[in-house]
Amino acid sequence: MKKTFVIALSCMLMASLVGCGSSSSSTSSTGGASGDTIKIGIFEPKTGENGGGGAQEELAIEYANYVRPTVTVGGKEYKIELDWQDNQSDKTVAVTAAQKLISDGVVGVVGGYGSGVCIAAGSYFADAQIPAIGTSCTNANVTLGNDYYFRACYLDPFQGEVMANWAYSNGYTEVATIDNIGNEYTSGLVKTFTDSFAELGGTVVDAETFQTNESDFKAILTNIKNSGVKAVFAPTDYLYAPLLLNQAHDLGLDVQWIAGDTWYSNVLIQDAGDNANGVVADTFYSEGGNPEFDEGFKAWLNEDASRKATNLDTDAIVGNHAVSYDAYMVLIEAIEEADSLEGAAIREALASLNASEGFACGPYSFDVNGDAVKDTSYICQITDGEWKYQSTETVK
Amino acid sequence: MISYMLQQLLNGLSLGGAYALIAIGYTMVYGILRMINFAHGDEFMMAGYFMIFSLAVFPWYVAVPFVILCTIVLGVLIERVAYKPLRNAPRMSVMISAIGISYLLQNLANYLFTAMPQSYPQIDILKHVYEFGSISVSRVTIIAPVLTIVLTVLLVLLVNHTKLGMAMRACSKDQETARIMGIRVDNIITITFVIGCGLAAVGSILYFTDRNTVQPYSGSLPGLKCFVAAVIGGIGNIQGAVLGGFIVGICQIVITAMGYSVFSDAFTFALLVIILIFKPSGLFGEKAVQKV
Repeated sequence: MKKTFVIALSCMLMASLVGCGSSSSSTSSTGGASGDTIKIGIFEPKTGENGGGGAQEELAIEYANYVRPTVTVGGKEYKIELDWQDNQSDKTVAVTAAQKLISDGVVGVVGGYGSGVCIAAGSYFADAQIPAIGTSCTNANVTLGNDYYFRACYLDPFQGEVMANWAYSNGYTEVATIDNIGNEYTSGLVKTFTDSFAELGGTVVDAETFQTNESDFKAILTNIKNSGVKAVFAPTDYLYAPLLLNQAHDLGLDVQWIAGDTWYSNVLIQDAGDNANGVVADTFYSEGGNPEFDEGFKAWLNEDASRKATNLDTDAIVGNHAVSYDAYMVLIEAIEEADSLEGAAIREALASLNASEGFACGPYSFDVNGDAVKDTSYICQITDGEWKYQSTETVK
Repeated sequence: MISYMLQQLLNGLSLGGAYALIAIGYTMVYGILRMINFAHGDEFMMAGYFMIFSLAVFPWYVAVPFVILCTIVLGVLIERVAYKPLRNAPRMSVMISAIGISYLLQNLANYLFTAMPQSYPQIDILKHVYEFGSISVSRVTIIAPVLTIVLTVLLVLLVNHTKLGMAMRACSKDQETARIMGIRVDNIITITFVIGCGLAAVGSILYFTDRNTVQPYSGSLPGLKCFVAAVIGGIGNIQGAVLGGFIVGICQIVITAMGYSVFSDAFTFALLVIILIFKPSGLFGEKAVQKV
């Protein structure tokens, strides 16, 4: 009995070893394609502080894959297999996830949510010559100096400028800012906001800071209350948003909250309830911008209860959905354009891409740094427990 | 200006109150077992998750006692499984076992509840906001320090004026002799964990009601800070732990309010080093008796 078991086990082991050998040899010869499938790596945070946004982006990528499941290269149709890796919103784990994707032999990478993890993983993708398309990572350093990282959304500095414009044109001349020390996203936005706001003629009266993982904001909120400003710019990671709003309410701090794209999430309405009313944030895309995409995605979401549950039990579409969908589509478009599965060729195709059809918020072309050329952002506000489109800000 | 300072002071007192309740757990276990229960902060985190689930089912007046009960069961279970078998092992082994349990709880929470922050339910009666002129405080901010002091007074009365308290003090002095005198040492240790975990559960309700989110690692930093608080007050001493909790809480708020939030954690641990160098037994610590 025991002997048979041992023999069976060793047979299985041998079989799996042989399997490994054959798949790795085919990977090296055709660059990520084995048989009729190619792998696209998905580099998103399923867990950690950005887990909520990551899950939404993953849904949109899954939908994009459902819309366009194959890619034609050299006259041959390849099925696209998605290789999901969780970067856990953690810079160390991000590197491990990137290395896993590289060793899996992916043709390209889509993701992810949050700039820090993308910066950490970027050099690995570049060294392996695997083109990556960032979804909602808005920090300049993701693509700067990295030939293989492209980006479907706009940049942090742009958001800071947009929100400064919005604040000033809505009559707020004195504001307070809240910065998360050591967080590239928040610090980047606060800096450009402060600069643009000063240029417009406004003043940042009170610049408060906090450390990552802080959960008690009462001290800085009391300072802000004491400074008497009417508006606060707090482009923090999502995690801190409900804490700030609820603690501000307890302290009787009644101000206009202005944030970046991270706050534009339905979770905020769920977590902060009435205290979230009035919050203003910008986003890459607002529902109604592309009816065709809205309809298709909603139908797909409603098809399966678990998809809708992942999307927090609504079929509302947010900016992250649109850019993630586009990031996948841009990559597939570039692979077809290059007509090759080699990383270097796909990179060239991306750099010279000029595509207008089949995106949620296209057309797409990239500048020398690899950033999508965009000049528009959608401003939304929470009114009566719902995100509503407010205005469109364009920056020259 | 005065109202601003008063507001910051209230913020500090409410944070300090929650810290104090957790610090008591560290100090009591140390007093009796001479070990630092590193899993205490994570038991506090688990209490946060218990609250999320029980408030989804029960009204708050059932949920609160239920959460306290669950936390006590968890704490006693940990004591039975991970600490009791090591009763006669070197103290260091128990401490290492506690560190193991701490990581086990964090990873278990990560596995069971995912690393995504879960939103902590709002108990309406705790969230009522009072306005005094330009100062506004939620009820929990006022309740936290008051409840902490009431519970501490009750606990000190229990330890100093009851038979049970006498047994506890005896165990902390000398377990072997206490056993010879007919005290069931294991029962006393269990009761210590019951009290410590019960207070940690109350602390967790006060702490998380203000913070709205629980995640698997939300116990680790507060846990460390409360351990520092216990050391500052003199580990093994209940009044000391409470005072230490308030000191750590108020210092943290004051430093952040002054605009040095970068140093607020660093200061807490610098305080630990200073206390250990200049007054190793803490503010109220027992004096080390040298036997000649």
